[in-house]
Amino acid sequence: MDITLPILILAIPITMFLVLGIGGVKMSHKMAGILGILGLGTTAVLAYIVAFTYFFSGDANFIIDGVRQQYQVFDVTWLAFTQKLVVNIGFLLDPISAMMLVVITTISFMVHLYSWGYMEGEPGFQRYYAFLSLFTFSMLGLVVATNIFQMYIFWELVGVSSYLLIGFFYKLPSAVSASKKAFIVTRFADLGFLIGILVLSYYSDTFNFIQLTSNPESIFSSFGGATFMGASALTWAMVLIFTGGMGKSAMMPLHIWLPDAMEGPTPVSALIHAATMVVAGVYLVARMFPLYCVVDASLTFVTCVGAITAFYAAVVACTQIDIKRVLAFSTISQIAFMMVSLGCAYDHPIEGVHYAGLGYMAGMFHLFTHAMFKALLFLGAGALIHAVHSNNYTEMGGLRKYMPITHWTFLIGCLAIAGIFPFAGFFSKDEMIAAMFNRHWFWGAWMTMVAGLTAFYMFRLYFMIFWWEENPHYKEHKPHDAPWQMSVPLIFLAAVSCVAGFIPFGEFVTYNGEPYHIHIEPAVAATSLTVAILAIALATVMYRKKNDLPAKVKNICPGLWTAAHHRFYWDELYMFITHKIIFNIICKSIAWFDRHVIDATMDAFAKITQKTSYAIRGMQSGEIQTYVLWYFAGAVVLAAITWLCLI
Amino acid sequence: MFGNILIWFVIIPVIMMAGLGLCRNSSMNAIRAVMVVCSTALVALSIWLCCDFLHLRAMGVEDEMLYTGSWMWYAPLNIHLAVGVDGISVLMLMLSSVIVFAGTFASWKINPLPKNFFLWFALLSTGVFGFFISIDIFTMFMFYEVALIPMYLLIGVWGTGRKEYSAMKLTLMLMGGSAFLMLGLLGIYWHSAPEGGQCTWNILEISHNANIAVEWQYMLFCFTFVGFGVLGAMFPFHTWSPDGHACAPTAVSMLHAGVLMKLGGYGCFRIAIFLLPQAANELAWIFIILTGISIVYGAFSACVQTDLKYINAYSSVSHCGMVLFAILMLNTTAMTGAILQMLSHGLMTALFFALIGMIYGRTHTRDIRQMGGLMKIMPYLGVCYMIAGFASLGLPGLSGFVAEMTIFFGSFQDSDLFHRVFVIAATCSIVITAVYILRVVGKLLLGPVQDKHHLELTDATWFERLSTVTLIVCIAGIGCFPNWINEAIQFSFKPIIAAIQGAVL
Repeated sequence: MDITLPILILAIPITMFLVLGIGGVKMSHKMAGILGILGLGTTAVLAYIVAFTYFFSGDANFIIDGVRQQYQVFDVTWLAFTQKLVVNIGFLLDPISAMMLVVITTISFMVHLYSWGYMEGEPGFQRYYAFLSLFTFSMLGLVVATNIFQMYIFWELVGVSSYLLIGFFYKLPSAVSASKKAFIVTRFADLGFLIGILVLSYYSDTFNFIQLTSNPESIFSSFGGATFMGASALTWAMVLIFTGGMGKSAMMPLHIWLPDAMEGPTPVSALIHAATMVVAGVYLVARMFPLYCVVDASLTFVTCVGAITAFYAAVVACTQIDIKRVLAFSTISQIAFMMVSLGCAYDHPIEGVHYAGLGYMAGMFHLFTHAMFKALLFLGAGALIHAVHSNNYTEMGGLRKYMPITHWTFLIGCLAIAGIFPFAGFFSKDEMIAAMFNRHWFWGAWMTMVAGLTAFYMFRLYFMIFWWEENPHYKEHKPHDAPWQMSVPLIFLAAVSCVAGFIPFGEFVTYNGEPYHIHIEPAVAATSLTVAILAIALATVMYRKKNDLPAKVKNICPGLWTAAHHRFYWDELYMFITHKIIFNIICKSIAWFDRHVIDATMDAFAKITQKTSYAIRGMQSGEIQTYVLWYFAGAVVLAAITWLCLI
Repeated sequence: MFGNILIWFVIIPVIMMAGLGLCRNSSMNAIRAVMVVCSTALVALSIWLCCDFLHLRAMGVEDEMLYTGSWMWYAPLNIHLAVGVDGISVLMLMLSSVIVFAGTFASWKINPLPKNFFLWFALLSTGVFGFFISIDIFTMFMFYEVALIPMYLLIGVWGTGRKEYSAMKLTLMLMGGSAFLMLGLLGIYWHSAPEGGQCTWNILEISHNANIAVEWQYMLFCFTFVGFGVLGAMFPFHTWSPDGHACAPTAVSMLHAGVLMKLGGYGCFRIAIFLLPQAANELAWIFIILTGISIVYGAFSACVQTDLKYINAYSSVSHCGMVLFAILMLNTTAMTGAILQMLSHGLMTALFFALIGMIYGRTHTRDIRQMGGLMKIMPYLGVCYMIAGFASLGLPGLSGFVAEMTIFFGSFQDSDLFHRVFVIAATCSIVITAVYILRVVGKLLLGPVQDKHHLELTDATWFERLSTVTLIVCIAGIGCFPNWINEAIQFSFKPIIAAIQGAVL
């Protein structure tokens, strides 16, 4: 393949960032918006061409005997640590990276377009587009990374773009602290990622993904049985690398930054904190999947973390009243779904049946469909917030009459995420749950329950916003549908959410490149559909019209409700540890120690010198009598010593 | 003698001083003209040197030191003015010239006594440049002292706050370090001729011929390492740094943190480890502990400071600790990282101090509790401060990331538990650094405006922009294209690694 297109895919967004970032001050809003949208549109077209070429051209670089290959379009040296450990910057094309190119550029383009309407007239409009371009650049660099260090580089860049965008309204203290929190929590997770890379590369002597994953057994043997605290060093490396993914993908217990990240502009939440960046952790596991398969323990770890997170986030989502927070927790829960699905994929045949294809493929499929419908939901939420000027859905209600486009698209999003046939979420979720049942019935049952909760809280949200009871303020300030820049992305994404399920995804993306034929498992599909419909029915009964049923349910166990509403006090726990223990106890005592012990010792040298010289300066009195006295005293002492020595 | 390009690194600052001497005290423009012309000449000279050096290396010249020259200075003690550079010194010379250049513009409106300020500033740079070109230990030491003394006056006269105390503290502590250093250097000199020949101060000759007895090496290593370590802000000899930086005027902080602290790392590397490899190999663990503490301790201390300069001084303790830490790992990758970290830290701390000076010049406070929302008021300076912060917390694309990663990957080569524990402790600093940098950025630049009077302040002037842009371009340049530096210094480690491996066998 010609390397011009891949280079342009990376070069256009970063150029846009520099142009808008440096020259943006002098541009008009319109100019900056058009530049940003055009730049990203071009990138999207190029990405589509590249992905299309990869999947359909039949070139021998990309597919051999029906097996899709991994192909490095280019790979140039960036920094050589040692002879063997060389960091390259390159462009890797394989099924998942090609798919991600499509997802990222599609959503990003939609968000660029949407923001033109949403952010109209905001101060810093140019800066906003500059940051969006930076984010797109970093995310594209991340997915096409040819080696794990390149991934780490772009991982950090993605983190910083997220920081800049969450803190976009930098005059608000809440935005500032949310951005800080996001950056520090993910930084902490990245520390694990970095140490994982250190360990992995120390033993395997390579960063390159193809070398790492094409023959995982040889990587395993290169560790030479090294162990640490009872687990093999490779397990540690993989778990530590997964820690990085836990941070970015907001898995427990590193999820606390994501709900706060909703302080950023809503389109940003749609792009970064729902559709693209937060799936980086899933992408990382998928990318390193063969190595995870070699050490079962790390894969089990992924499954457990995912399963706990999915349930936790779903429960919390049922009690939130901020529309963006509900969506944030639903994102956490859905990403955890993908994690569990990957964790349940398993490269080793169990009882003669090869299950690996399903879990991996389903996880990636869900990543794809989720990106579409979650972006849709967030952009819909943005339209609502734009209309009502509040994030709080207790101040909404009855909006279906005023905002028909938003209403219908939002409903499609809700149906898709709830997994109702024939919307996109049904297909991917069904495959995932089937894969979990294959692994163990427990995972399947557990995640079906989470899927039921998902349907419940999504429809709770839906009914509270669009039905329930009208807010009296509508009379003074009538809400209306958003301008076309915002409606077009909504309609487009809704259309995609309707049809994406019918894509024969298994033909394109599988863990080993061989096509996998999707077939709906009737039992699983029936169960999860029934659960989802029951959950929706329950939500309808409780929230369609204003009634006191929700309050009654809440009063059954008020403690639990309050705890869930406060997100089970994770934030308070973190606040306690970081502020009270680390800041107040560790940092302050170290600073005190530095001033009052170490520095005081240094000062003491000076003071003692000074005191001593004051004390003995009297000897230099200038009085001849004193000098003579000392002279004689010295002479007597010397004479005495001499005499003592002689006898 | 004047045909040697390296000598001009000392001659130009001397010309600078002479030129300043001719200026009248009141003619600010003449003083600025002299400074700008000479510092530009230095930058040009160092870039030319670097290009020529890379060219020679590309031609296949593999000598340890290039452009060597040696002129007898004091025969009875065999003291020469011996010069020569390898890739590391070339980079350090570039760093120094860039910071002198940026420092000139950062102190564009220095007051009072501009002429005298720049005279001392020029003398300081003479010492710095002389140090990096010397390969004779005695002249190296002499230039080192030349660089230290002006600091006393620069802080004591042009400083702020408790300037007399800080100037005294800084000078005395560094002089205390020099005393150790002098002992160490004398010891090396007296042991430089094992078979009773002529003793020598020349680094190359010592490394080739001398075979200093191991017992002596132990003592001399400790003396020299501590001596240079004081300058490199090694725990527990770092306390001059916060007070000294807090009181120093902008350009002096820039040059001091940017270049002078690098003298410590460079000296440890060039003298303590290169000339005393056996001791280095066996005693490294002591200093790994101390520098490991520096890294984490400096970072934690920086988290609670409220004075911008204190925050930076402590962050320098942490980052310079990283330099010495990496050097002590005694392998090529980690040492490359140390050199990168010296460059990176030099540039970004200079940028930080320049910006702090500019902000202080406007708000007249350095207390972050009294400032806020400056991004709105002075967006240019705010953005620069953020870039400096990102460089400091290791954002890819800026120099800090490259340096830190090279250090971590290099240090991880040692596979025993002791090294591993300290490397992992050191990696934790990337999180703590993020905490204190974002804390400052959040309080200083973002959020609502704290003080109504700040709303009337203006953004950067042209000379301030020039100063900061120079540094930012260098930081981003290293961060985006790091590999040429690797190539420039790849030969420089061979003799050192060979000496260490020779010592092990």
